[in-house]
Amino acid sequence: MLEVTKSGGPFRFSDENQDEVKAIIAKYPEGRQRSAVMPLLYLAQRQNEGWVSREAIEHIAELLSVPKIQVIEVATFYTMYNLKPIGRHHVQLCGTTPCWLRGSDEVMRACTDMGLEKGKSTEDGLFHLTEVECLGACCNAPMVQINDDFYEDLTYESTKAILEALKRGETPKPGPQKDRQFSAPEGGPTVLRDMMSADAAKE
Amino acid sequence: MCIMVARSRLPSKFDGESPSVGRCNREEPMPKLTIDGKEIEVAPGSTVLQACEEAGAEIPRFCYHERLSIAGNCRMCLVEMERSPKPIASCAMPAGDGMVIHTNTPQVKKAREGVLEFLLINHPLDCPICDQGGECDLQDETMAYGRGKNRFDENKRAVTEKNMGPLVKTIMTRCIHCTRCIRFSEEVAGTTELGAIYRGENMQITTFLEQAMESELQGNVIDLCPVGALTSKPYAFNARPWELAKTESIDVMDAVGSNIRIDTRGRQVMRILPRNHDDVNEEWISDKTRFAYDGLLKSRLDRPYVKKDGTLVEASWVEAFAAINTGLAGLDGTQIAGLVGDLNELEGMYAFRELLKGLGATRIEARQSGAAYDVSNRASYLFNSGIAGIEEADFCLLVGTNPRHEATIVNARILKSTRHRGLKVSNIGPAHDLTYPVEQAGDDAAILADILAGKHSLADRLQAAKRPMIIVGEGALARQDGAHILKAVHDIAETFGLITEDWNGFNVLPTAASRVGALDLGLVAPGGVRGILDDAKAGTVKAAFLLGVDEIDSSALQDCFTVYIGSHGDHGVRHADVVLPAAAYTEKSGLYINMEGRVQMGERANFPPGDAREDWTIFRALSDVLGKTLPFDSFDALRAALYKELPHLMDIDSLPKAAWGDFGEPGDIARGPIALPIHDFYQTNPIARASDTMAECSALKRSKGEATGTHG
Repeated sequence: MLEVTKSGGPFRFSDENQDEVKAIIAKYPEGRQRSAVMPLLYLAQRQNEGWVSREAIEHIAELLSVPKIQVIEVATFYTMYNLKPIGRHHVQLCGTTPCWLRGSDEVMRACTDMGLEKGKSTEDGLFHLTEVECLGACCNAPMVQINDDFYEDLTYESTKAILEALKRGETPKPGPQKDRQFSAPEGGPTVLRDMMSADAAKE
Repeated sequence: MCIMVARSRLPSKFDGESPSVGRCNREEPMPKLTIDGKEIEVAPGSTVLQACEEAGAEIPRFCYHERLSIAGNCRMCLVEMERSPKPIASCAMPAGDGMVIHTNTPQVKKAREGVLEFLLINHPLDCPICDQGGECDLQDETMAYGRGKNRFDENKRAVTEKNMGPLVKTIMTRCIHCTRCIRFSEEVAGTTELGAIYRGENMQITTFLEQAMESELQGNVIDLCPVGALTSKPYAFNARPWELAKTESIDVMDAVGSNIRIDTRGRQVMRILPRNHDDVNEEWISDKTRFAYDGLLKSRLDRPYVKKDGTLVEASWVEAFAAINTGLAGLDGTQIAGLVGDLNELEGMYAFRELLKGLGATRIEARQSGAAYDVSNRASYLFNSGIAGIEEADFCLLVGTNPRHEATIVNARILKSTRHRGLKVSNIGPAHDLTYPVEQAGDDAAILADILAGKHSLADRLQAAKRPMIIVGEGALARQDGAHILKAVHDIAETFGLITEDWNGFNVLPTAASRVGALDLGLVAPGGVRGILDDAKAGTVKAAFLLGVDEIDSSALQDCFTVYIGSHGDHGVRHADVVLPAAAYTEKSGLYINMEGRVQMGERANFPPGDAREDWTIFRALSDVLGKTLPFDSFDALRAALYKELPHLMDIDSLPKAAWGDFGEPGDIARGPIALPIHDFYQTNPIARASDTMAECSALKRSKGEATGTHG
């Protein structure tokens, strides 16, 4: 059974997004405006607290003169469109092999201990947990994506700390949760150290 | 999702070419390929599958359908191509010069077995309780190409049923995702109501949030579905295909004359299916044609009735005839009038006319809709371009017609032409969703005068078009100034090059199956139906015979001696003094002339109920009682007499070329809107009004109309 939740009110793109809508539609050649369906759904999702409502789907169908069923085909085909309300922080936990080998089970345990449940939102509406396939940050495995940010090199403790910080309303620092710069080696560089120290000396 | 390949290569069914091979473009060379050791040349643009069929090799398929775009997702049509490392999907592979194809090798056999085994993984083995059983593509092809055993031990997938409305029943667990129904809804019905949600194993076919389908052609997805996922709701669990007697006949729900097959069991019509006719209905029929048959069982007149003390009481034929004899006593011919309805075959109308002529009556009228048809020229009331001719036109002007309701199949043909041949459509009259883009010129009949004077932009459009056509509806012709409109359109046709040696772009769209036949029989009287009813009110017409006439305001006949001959107790019997029960269209053989002027023969599929009789036998018997015996004793003798008067009736199933001439009345056209003849597609005739299925569709449409009305 197809479930597309109604938001209860009419949907329209906000004033800031109106220009964005025009820009998106203008990207496609004359007569191919229906191609804008995916970016518009995404835009609607961002505007609508992370999910696409039935009203939004109907609005986009009307905007692009596409039959409603075809918009819903797209919205249900792609897993990254959420068709019902989700928690404020969408935790996307990578469980693909590299992350799994590096301890994504521990990350998952941290999430469960914090009351998150796979595929569900927490009752306070703060978190929504989904297990996803590879997000392309294998060199910093294990990792989660929370809304737009990657949190990498996680352990049970650091995951819990991030979730607790979010719960308190803080914004934890994205990126590696270990002492390293992006995916550079832990504890600083292991090669070209002379150059690095020379650079440091210059400054 | 489906891989959409080569939409533009959609095979054309248009100019009488082999149905399986695409349109021939003489500039391109014909590819020559070898199929199972046989060399064959095919038209450019053909697919390997079409070439194989041409070469006589049978290719099993589920998703491929020759009237739909190519999806290539069922993989059942795999064949082996030399120098290709793996089998190819023949439906999606263009036929190329020098290809060597094998369709009967062990590799092909294995490929087919594999595809079927995978399809059957999730297909339930519920054939004994499936309505498709016995006419199921999957069943047949599994028998023919399957391996006989399934190695899959796991649980099968189950899918919830979807609501698609009162006509199409769904058992979606059986769906094999061929997407034929989706492609049909977009490409032929034009409503794009069906789609596939989710993906992979979770893919499901549904309408938007399970709303009922709105298309008037939706019943065709039942035929298209290769399995039992979409079946007929009214026919559910009613019969097995092998129990049914199949009769090929002609539909009477509109003037298209769709070719149908009537399936009966015993005396009862169990279902109606389309027959293929490339020039008329292709292989589609409207939902009214398909589903109104339950109306054949309801409100039937199964014995004669005679009015006694203000109420109709059952009577015998002898009593009924005696009552007519008494009722007509002392009347002369000028006081007797005859009206002919919408669903009649030519033989019945002919016998009716001969009977009334015998009584001296001169006023026999068949233009129930009030349209100002001119019988002096046959071209003036025909769809001269032909239904298939719509695909040749490049510009179409609709005048006071909503073809979606008045002739659904014609509308589908216009849609096809707009999609594949670049036809442009403009409309004068009320705006409607016709399922294709229409340029709305305004709801004002006087635009025609402007076009003629060259003052309207449509004049330039008509001038610029190579093969323009105009379709005039009965809505326009039924106006007070209908004859002037007819003349104006006639003049436009002449002025703007609609009439050439090999093209006639002047088309009339009658709404009733009997209309063209009745006009060929000359059943028109000055003043039309309106005049007869007025005279009946005034008392100058003292007796009226109604042959299946149910679309008029019969209260005018209150004081007139009225005899109703027909199949259903509908509007026409309300003020009747004598009611004679007649056969409905499935219960009699007869000739019908469709809107194009094409003569087609319907066959009797079952017998009328109770004491009801075929129309011509009623008139023959009545003529005896009235002392004006008709000169035919058998159906053959009647047909012979009919053929003698109208020799063109012998030319069965050919598109006539009516000679052009002058018709219509010159005069002013009043400014103002055009009222369309059909307000409720599902309730246009007594059979449809008696049908529960049609009533349900009509109620659904009305409730939706109200919903959209308030939602703006």
